Amino acid sequence: MSGPTVELTIDGVPVVVPHGTPLLEAAREAGVDIPHLCYHPALSSAGSCGLCLVEVKGKLVQACREQAQPGMEVCTDGGRISRLRKLILELILSDHPQDCLTCERSGACDLQRYAYRYQLDANRFMGPDHERREAAPREDNPFIRYEPEKCVLCGRCVRVCAEVQGRHVLGYAGRGFASEVTSPFARPLTETNCELCGQCVAVCPSGALTERERRFTGREWEFRVTTTVCPFCGCGCPLTLHLLKDQIVRVSGGRDGFRLCVKGRFGLSFVHREDRLRAPMVRRQGKLTESSWEEALSSVAAKLREIREQHGPQAVAGMSSAKCTNEDNYLFQKLLRATLGTNNVDHCARLCHAPTVAGLAQSFGSGAMTNSIADIEEATCLLITGSNTTEAHPIVAQAVIRAARRGARLIVADPRRIELADIADVHLRQRPGTDVAWLNGMAHVILEEGLWNSEFVEQRCEGLEELREALAPYTPEAVEELTGIPADDLRRAACLYADSQRSTIVYSMGITQHTTGTDNVLAVANLAMLTGHIGRRGTGVNPLRGQNNVQGACDLGALPNVFPGYQPVSDPSARAKFEQAWGAPLPAAPGLTAVEIIDAARAGEIKALLIMGENPLVTHPDQRHVREALAALELLVVLDIFPSETSELAHVVLPAASFAEKDGTFTSTERRVQRLRCALPPPGEAWADWEILCRLSTRLGFPMAYGHPQEIMDEIASLTPIYGGISYARLDGEGLQWPCPHPDHPGTPVLHQEEFTRGKGRFHPVRYQGPTEIPDEEYPFALTTGRVLNHFHSRTMTRRVRGLQELLPEGYVEIHPADAAQLGMIPDTLVRVTSRRGSIVTLARVTQRAQEGTVFIPFHFAEAAANALTPADSLDPSSKIPALKACAVRLEHIGPD
Amino acid sequence: MVEALRSEARLFRDLPAEHEATLIPSLQQLQKEYGYLPPDELQRVAAELGIPHSRVHGVASFYSQFTDTPRGKHTVQVCLGTACHVGGGKGIRDALTQVLGIRPGETTPDGAITLEEVHCLGCCSLAPVIVVDGVAYGRNDRKKALHTLLECCDQESPGS
Repeated sequence: MSGPTVELTIDGVPVVVPHGTPLLEAAREAGVDIPHLCYHPALSSAGSCGLCLVEVKGKLVQACREQAQPGMEVCTDGGRISRLRKLILELILSDHPQDCLTCERSGACDLQRYAYRYQLDANRFMGPDHERREAAPREDNPFIRYEPEKCVLCGRCVRVCAEVQGRHVLGYAGRGFASEVTSPFARPLTETNCELCGQCVAVCPSGALTERERRFTGREWEFRVTTTVCPFCGCGCPLTLHLLKDQIVRVSGGRDGFRLCVKGRFGLSFVHREDRLRAPMVRRQGKLTESSWEEALSSVAAKLREIREQHGPQAVAGMSSAKCTNEDNYLFQKLLRATLGTNNVDHCARLCHAPTVAGLAQSFGSGAMTNSIADIEEATCLLITGSNTTEAHPIVAQAVIRAARRGARLIVADPRRIELADIADVHLRQRPGTDVAWLNGMAHVILEEGLWNSEFVEQRCEGLEELREALAPYTPEAVEELTGIPADDLRRAACLYADSQRSTIVYSMGITQHTTGTDNVLAVANLAMLTGHIGRRGTGVNPLRGQNNVQGACDLGALPNVFPGYQPVSDPSARAKFEQAWGAPLPAAPGLTAVEIIDAARAGEIKALLIMGENPLVTHPDQRHVREALAALELLVVLDIFPSETSELAHVVLPAASFAEKDGTFTSTERRVQRLRCALPPPGEAWADWEILCRLSTRLGFPMAYGHPQEIMDEIASLTPIYGGISYARLDGEGLQWPCPHPDHPGTPVLHQEEFTRGKGRFHPVRYQGPTEIPDEEYPFALTTGRVLNHFHSRTMTRRVRGLQELLPEGYVEIHPADAAQLGMIPDTLVRVTSRRGSIVTLARVTQRAQEGTVFIPFHFAEAAANALTPADSLDPSSKIPALKACAVRLEHIGPD
Repeated sequence: MVEALRSEARLFRDLPAEHEATLIPSLQQLQKEYGYLPPDELQRVAAELGIPHSRVHGVASFYSQFTDTPRGKHTVQVCLGTACHVGGGKGIRDALTQVLGIRPGETTPDGAITLEEVHCLGCCSLAPVIVVDGVAYGRNDRKKALHTLLECCDQESPGS
């Protein structure tokens, strides 16, 4: 315990608690559970239910509000306290349906528990003609069922919606007996700004709010529970699956035990879908047909051997998966490197954060989030750029919202008016592809106004003079010309960022997916170093990683230039280490990146491609180009859990286990290595990816024999210094944040505390270069692509979740009203969007959130694929990321569909 | 610039204190203008004052002075406070209910009259009291109450 403490006694038991602890929490220390309905540790206290009354020196006080004082003697039950509690419960129950026989909350219901505890076998307030509220259950959305009659008006849902989610959808309406919790005018939740995160369901103490789909699928006491990790974005939320007979009935857990988003809480039913891949498939006479594992694996091994013998190992490549575990990724790159002898291994991080890995490694020496998600809340100023946090990383967004609630200043830099812009102090709306200019402009102002941290820069950084020189031309007025950001707004943002105790930068693909992606990242790093906002809690440079395990896939060497732990393949000593451990000669030259692999396949240089859990036909830029490349391959092998657009082109498809059906580890965006636990068997003959890889490698003459992923992790730890202290035994709790170099190391929540990983932080002067493809007369609009809340990646999983699909069944293009008017476009009718690469037809969504002259298309929808439009040939020279956030398109009105 | 930015920093800015104070007057104005609170207008008020829509609805539905359904041309309120109750207010309410064919809180189908129950108007010495269009009439019985109501309606709208 840090900070001042107080000693007191609870029912005669002495306890020591931190200063400011409410009695209700202090009592837990003494093992006493004080009844309460309206109190929740993560929410402001309402003090409205009256159940937690306790006695202090003969006086009744609310245990949820009264703070522990030194020497306090607290009596928590008995005598008049229990009489009072009984009375309150009687009053609540007089108006509460007593349908515990079929109520879904039964067994997990606080009200039920207290009614039993206080022996409420009769009720003085119930009689033949007592009044009762009557209200029908509401199921006005795919996921949440609301039974107003069971509501005890504790208000937890109202507060969680406002305080944690920042949504304010739920409120109280009416007064007295008729009071109820409701959305405004009882509108269906789908017609409000509700995100259906279900935080309200998680904190509801009675059966009023429950998961709609669980109805009559199992009782609380019948469940088997498995604690594991969410398979969607990089937030890495812990979650608990409640299963009955291998069916996931409901999901609990999350950060702080209750915070999840709509996908994590309600989006896991894809696991049980009928169309999961259940048996291997081999293409015969042009058609994919079911086969045995024996046949599938031997045909893959034979063909791979043949191609390698005829064309050399460089004709083979692999795309690993940010969806798969660390252990799967480790074996995948080992298979490519040791078994097949090529460094041609990459994965989708190439399309999201390759510039982060490259850029931050140059600046700081380590290319990952410098701080933790929890510590974003401690910032006093937040700069959010190129991250639509509320949709792409909903749980990180909660930290941002909570910081803002507490008074932290919020700067949003994004061409779109994303939701966080609504609560921002400054919203900088740059033209797409002009990030270097405004970032340099901020640094210019900070130097000019003398707001930089000279002590920090002198002691811990190098290269200031070159930077100062390079920044000279970036006056706010010059930046306004280049970016469209008003000079004063830029000054304001720069001052806010520099003049704060703890400033943090949170960014994502709006920064990286440009031809200047690495430069953008370097410019971001310059800002943090210049102001000394790094190396402490509440500061840092925080790239949000997109997928559950994209951090881990990078860490474990699913990249063409590095072994696990970012040890370069070109470094002879690293190579020697891995050669000795793996017992195979390893190639020294870095392999091809993901986009280059596609190019080489189209050129006939890559003949065989193994793809594990990816769908490049939808997620890679320039769809036509990708299709031609995949079609040109002699061998395309896809490991996946569902048939996908890509697997349809494969020669062999191998069925894999989903996240819920295997053991392993995921590494979240905050570098936290967490345990994934097997909850149910895979369908049909599917195997975990690591098992498939072991068998394939063995068939290729390079035996891999691991009995359990734990053994793979032990090998990882022995070869990867940043994972050196990680073992399954240590991952039972909250996991460990790397670097964790030895078994006693507690992990590292904040990087670069004493010094940067590379020693001194290095300023890199970067010069503004415009996007390669800028709008012109023929293609007058800039296109940006990105994510939405209800879907994930190529939708392979989320389109199979009925409710998510119902919420957003098809793609769209966001257009500013002025642009729409000029083009004569009617909202919600079809438009054709055309670029130099291709053309799609989709719905026009006319909204102020779009910037004039810029349109936005979510990339999830294969039917209206944003990546039919994006270019694969304009790459960032150092990280080879394609420019997914800035290309030119034209729009044509088609009309109603 | 830095000084200016420091001085504008504010805690708890998602609780727009200075705007909340203007919420009830805004609602009163709307009610005066429309005779009720149209849902769309409430959404506009929420956006303009920067107060969550759910909170605006909560306030609007809490006070009996506000209604979210259009009212009749005339409003008659029957007091059921203690003195009026003892003096026969309930009988007056029942009589009006019967004659008008609506329950308290409802409006006659022709949109002429809205009937409401209230609990004490503060003029107990006149009990039992009814209020027609803001004017209190005391010492009623059923007959007198009906008569008063009809008279008020006739005066106001001879054409109807």
